[in-house]
Amino acid sequence: MPDIVARLADDLSLRSTLLLAAFAVALVAAPWFVNDYLLTVLIVILYFAYTGQAWNIMMGFAGQLSLGHAIYVGLGAYVAAVLFTRYGIGPWIGLLAAIPVAAACGAIIGFLAFRFGVAGVYFAILTIAFAEFARIGFDHLDFVDASAGLFLPVAQYAHNDLWRLRGSPTMFYYVMLTATVLALVLCRLLLRCRMGYFWLAIREDEQAARATGIDTFRYKMYAVVISAAVTSFAGVFYAFFYNNLYPENVFSISRSIEMILGPVIGGVGTLFGPILGAFVLTGLAESVTSAMGAFGFDLPGAKQVFYGVCLLLVVVALPEGVWPPLARLLGITRVRL
Amino acid sequence: MTGLLSVGRVSKRFRGLVAVDNVSFDVLEGTIFAVIGPNGAGKTTLFNLIAGGMAPDQGRIIFDREPIHGFSADAVCRRGIARTFQLVRPFPALTVEENVIVGALMHRSDVDVAREHARTLLRRFDLFDRRHRPASALTLPDRKRLEVVRALATEPKLLLLDEVVAGLRPTEVDRLVTILKDLNRETGLSILMIEHVMRAVMALASRVLVLDHGSVIAEGTPETVVNNPAVVQSYLGAEGV
Repeated sequence: MPDIVARLADDLSLRSTLLLAAFAVALVAAPWFVNDYLLTVLIVILYFAYTGQAWNIMMGFAGQLSLGHAIYVGLGAYVAAVLFTRYGIGPWIGLLAAIPVAAACGAIIGFLAFRFGVAGVYFAILTIAFAEFARIGFDHLDFVDASAGLFLPVAQYAHNDLWRLRGSPTMFYYVMLTATVLALVLCRLLLRCRMGYFWLAIREDEQAARATGIDTFRYKMYAVVISAAVTSFAGVFYAFFYNNLYPENVFSISRSIEMILGPVIGGVGTLFGPILGAFVLTGLAESVTSAMGAFGFDLPGAKQVFYGVCLLLVVVALPEGVWPPLARLLGITRVRL
Repeated sequence: MTGLLSVGRVSKRFRGLVAVDNVSFDVLEGTIFAVIGPNGAGKTTLFNLIAGGMAPDQGRIIFDREPIHGFSADAVCRRGIARTFQLVRPFPALTVEENVIVGALMHRSDVDVAREHARTLLRRFDLFDRRHRPASALTLPDRKRLEVVRALATEPKLLLLDEVVAGLRPTEVDRLVTILKDLNRETGLSILMIEHVMRAVMALASRVLVLDHGSVIAEGTPETVVNNPAVVQSYLGAEGV
């Protein structure tokens, strides 16, 4: 175990380590300095940082574009919520059920696509199709109350129950922060192992990767399954944080798109891109919304317009995302972060 | 006597077109074998049949006493045949070193061990100084060399080179030829090359096969082949002789 910890940071410069430490301290200390509203915003930011990181495993590392990642969030959410409301099984045990369900779903999508040569844009469309299929399916599934939605008993804020994930926003904040850190650590380890190199090779040039002896089918399958499994936790969190689930909402394509905006703006295929992207996007969007509120404007959809403008600016001005140029500015080179 | 690679009566048709027609040859262990022929002669198709991912309609391809026809490209590579592409295809966003590490990881699971091996190869092929540059930033001769190094990192018994010196200046051709020659002499690596540049073929190959319209029109040492009237005719046309 200490070996793994040492390996995590062995190639980081002192400067990067200090920056990272400062960032970590700020995040850990944040709940003492912010109000409830800001804390909720931070939770949302971390949520998108986490899901962006999970999506990035598939697209950023292995080059497989998924535009239907909401399916794994939705499955995770529904599995944990059903177990909790119907059988009184807590979210952590629920997670143990959610992970294989999401992973199996990823495996099915991956197998169908990779075995039959569905690639590129067509693969992306297939992922959308599956997410839509799930949305419509759950909308008619009476076992989970169909389109009426599934509700969890609303949390008592009197005391925090970590085991049952019932409690204050502060508790949810630390849960999500821990998850985000773990996802970051996992991704860094993945990128530095044999499979990570194979993924990057597949992303760069699949035919050349195959000519270099890489069983591309197998490694693409690993990418989808791992990405789906990691994403499913976000679903469990979603269910217990929001306490309500509507198929129309969790499985909708806009959820899938929201999830990928962070890494796209931060930098696809980088480790800090999804995190930075989530901060930039959600942070700025919330500021815009509240600034407009302060001036007495209330325009529904302003956030979406803002997302669109951000995306446009980044695609035009910083095609590799915000993080890579920032990393160079900070003097972080030669390390894949 | 059969060679390391034995191609036996291999044919491949694309609809009406017979791209490779009943071709047989053997590449002996430790030798350099060249396949030449005019454009459209079926060289690249033959190459793809050997490198995997494309199955012949007829015939057998035996490598190291094992049939490999119809195998996928990655399975062929894992059995010991590495290839380069005519239009070079290093992984562009990866650094030079990472490109080679990917190849070295074929027979190694530890990235650090693979990196050491990659560095040894990069030193030998004069790319060590550029190891942290992205492959996309290299010049064409460097990228061609990188592709050879990446292929070698998989520790092949047979190296397939698809027009590896095409597009290079004569001095660069000679440089790469020297490298390949040394490699063959020092490590006994067998090489099968498709080549247009006769300068490289004459300098490297101990045996040459000439294809025209998918069939073999001559096979022999470089000297006998270039003096063969059928070969001259296929290259220059009947009136040119």
